[in-house]
Amino acid sequence: MLEVRDLHVSVGDNEILEGLSLSVSLGEVHAIMGPNGSGKSTFTNVLAGRPGYTVTKGKVAYEGQDLLSLTPDLRARAGIFLAFQYPVELPGIRNREFLRTALEALRQAHGEPKLSVREFNKMLDEKAREMEFEPDLMKRSVNEGFSGGEKKRNEILQLSVLNPRLALLDETDSGLDIDALKVVADGVNRFRSPEKAIVLVTHYQRILNYIKPDFVHVLIDGRIVLSGERDLAMELEARGYDWVREGAESAAD
Amino acid sequence: MTPPKTISRQTKSSELDQDYKWGFVTDIEADVAPKGLNESTVRLISGKKNEPQWMLDWRLRSYKHWLTLGAEEPRWAMIHHPPIDYQDAHYYSAPVQSKKLESLDQVDPELIEAFNKLGIPLAEQKKLSGVAVDAVFDSVSVATTFQKQLEEAGVIFCPISEAIQKHPELVKKYLGSVVPYTDNFYATLNSAVFSDGTFAYVPKGVRCPMELMTYFRINSEDTGQFERTLIIADEGSYVSYLEGCTAPMRKTNQLHAAVVELIALDNAEIKYSTLQNWYPGDKEGKGGVYNFVTKRGKAAGVNSKISWTQVETGSAITWKYPSVILQGDNSVGEFYSVALCNNFQQADTGTKMIHIGKNTKSTIISKGISAGKGQNTYRGLVRIQPTAEHARNFTRCDSLLIGDKCGAHTVPYIEVRNPTAHMEHEATTSRVSEDQLFYLMQRGIDEESAQYMIINGFCKGVFQELPFEFAMEASQLLKVSLEGTVG
Repeated sequence: MLEVRDLHVSVGDNEILEGLSLSVSLGEVHAIMGPNGSGKSTFTNVLAGRPGYTVTKGKVAYEGQDLLSLTPDLRARAGIFLAFQYPVELPGIRNREFLRTALEALRQAHGEPKLSVREFNKMLDEKAREMEFEPDLMKRSVNEGFSGGEKKRNEILQLSVLNPRLALLDETDSGLDIDALKVVADGVNRFRSPEKAIVLVTHYQRILNYIKPDFVHVLIDGRIVLSGERDLAMELEARGYDWVREGAESAAD
Repeated sequence: MTPPKTISRQTKSSELDQDYKWGFVTDIEADVAPKGLNESTVRLISGKKNEPQWMLDWRLRSYKHWLTLGAEEPRWAMIHHPPIDYQDAHYYSAPVQSKKLESLDQVDPELIEAFNKLGIPLAEQKKLSGVAVDAVFDSVSVATTFQKQLEEAGVIFCPISEAIQKHPELVKKYLGSVVPYTDNFYATLNSAVFSDGTFAYVPKGVRCPMELMTYFRINSEDTGQFERTLIIADEGSYVSYLEGCTAPMRKTNQLHAAVVELIALDNAEIKYSTLQNWYPGDKEGKGGVYNFVTKRGKAAGVNSKISWTQVETGSAITWKYPSVILQGDNSVGEFYSVALCNNFQQADTGTKMIHIGKNTKSTIISKGISAGKGQNTYRGLVRIQPTAEHARNFTRCDSLLIGDKCGAHTVPYIEVRNPTAHMEHEATTSRVSEDQLFYLMQRGIDEESAQYMIINGFCKGVFQELPFEFAMEASQLLKVSLEGTVG
């Protein structure tokens, strides 16, 4: 469903992605691991269409469409969801209203009928319970005054309500204690299905104990230098990133 | 006296801005005073209203005082306009009605239609549910609904011209008691030539059974509108009052100089909400209403409360500082404001909270939105008098900028003459952040809707102070006023 070919991305004069290629099929979970500054977050942000990044070379096809030509809202309507690493606060916009507006925008784009307020609330309350989300947080402004863990849980709650086809999870595990990590991982696992795909970006192997990936890729200096299956993550945990880097350099020689 | 003239539809609407949907002109016979302001204008207005001598004397005193001011408007506000020729305007215009109306059936159907178009149904069968409306067309009140139900509760709600006739003791006692005729240039002018407005009195211990509303409409060309509103909440009473305003699109500027006085006695509460949507002028800054208004409330009694909420989206220029004199011990004053300046609009608006009584408390929440080439100034005074032991004030001023040709200015004045005072002041200036926009769009919301959500969120703290239907209308108004500037 997603084909990334030789993607080059700059911020200002700084080239961050230097020829990233990746292919994701329905039903798959891909974990992208790498040290700080390797370009992991840039990759997910570029896929979602965040302004400030310049694609200098390469192509991204999503379900046969040229993804890079679409505005962020159209990408979302095409089924792409980004769980943010740092979810922004939206003062004065209530969480519940926000989610309803977003879901309506998606449903309208898909030609689905409007949900009644009652139907929506019932569905939302159920999902909120699954995420162990304080009901009070629904009435508050989006992410305003939320703890780090609450913000991350809110992201996965949105994933579950908006029900996209491709979920991009940007360091969703960072800043979570072990209990919160389990709740978040359970949420992602409920989402997982043969009709969906997940690209999960992380620094640590820990979350992969809960969300078991089909493929693991190592991103270093803007390029995927090594791909493997789940045991690659274990090896990275044990040996760090340096051996991959060295291997990549010697391979390039 | 000049013969009545018919306002025609000859102002070509095609030459005017089409975005302002309230911009129609109603073709109705009007009784218009000749242009110009002099003693005989004042006498003519008073005579039209068949006013008692004391009222005429007060007007004439005001007029004489106004002459001493030498046509010098206040110059301290951050607003700019060409000099106003006070002799080049009509000071009285009224729809011609052959006799005193006994019921709404006798109101000219054109007038009823005009208010219907504005969404203010006056006809009995379609009255706004639970809201009593006083409709003011040009200079006079044309209809007041629900008067019977209000009478049963002992509430007086009528045009001020009627109150002068029927309740002279109340008008005499309170008119000018909060805003004296010497207060400022525009208040003085208003005191001399005010033509109508709304009067409300809520007796002791009565909770007014419905919202009271006045809908102001300027129709005639080159006509100044000078309403006078007086609201008195007697001991232990409560009233919520709303006002809405619109005007046709005209190429010339129209002057609107109203005065509003509120009096809250012991344990009484007045909640006053405004949706001001006078014609703002076209995209080049031509035309529009000069909205130079003096609004002040006196929280005179112990534990009394006065709360102003305003949403100011219209007018070419707004000059307005709804204020509270906190005289009674434990009295409370509140000011919630959203002011929007788009295109060439200018607003210099804010409040004054004058703390006199002990344990008095005031809250100021001001949200300014500037777009296009709009210039938006918050100007607010908080004064703690020596007598005001343990007074508290909280002020929050937020400005939002859209585009890079507009301006936001904040001018707070804080005067504390009692060391027990507790003051808080917060101010921010921001733009719609790219991160917030991206977040909303990533969830499937289009850019324009995302912008409105953020702007609406910015105003939330003020909108939630409005009665429910008004809050919905306010957010619609904001959207219409910003059309074309976002997205």
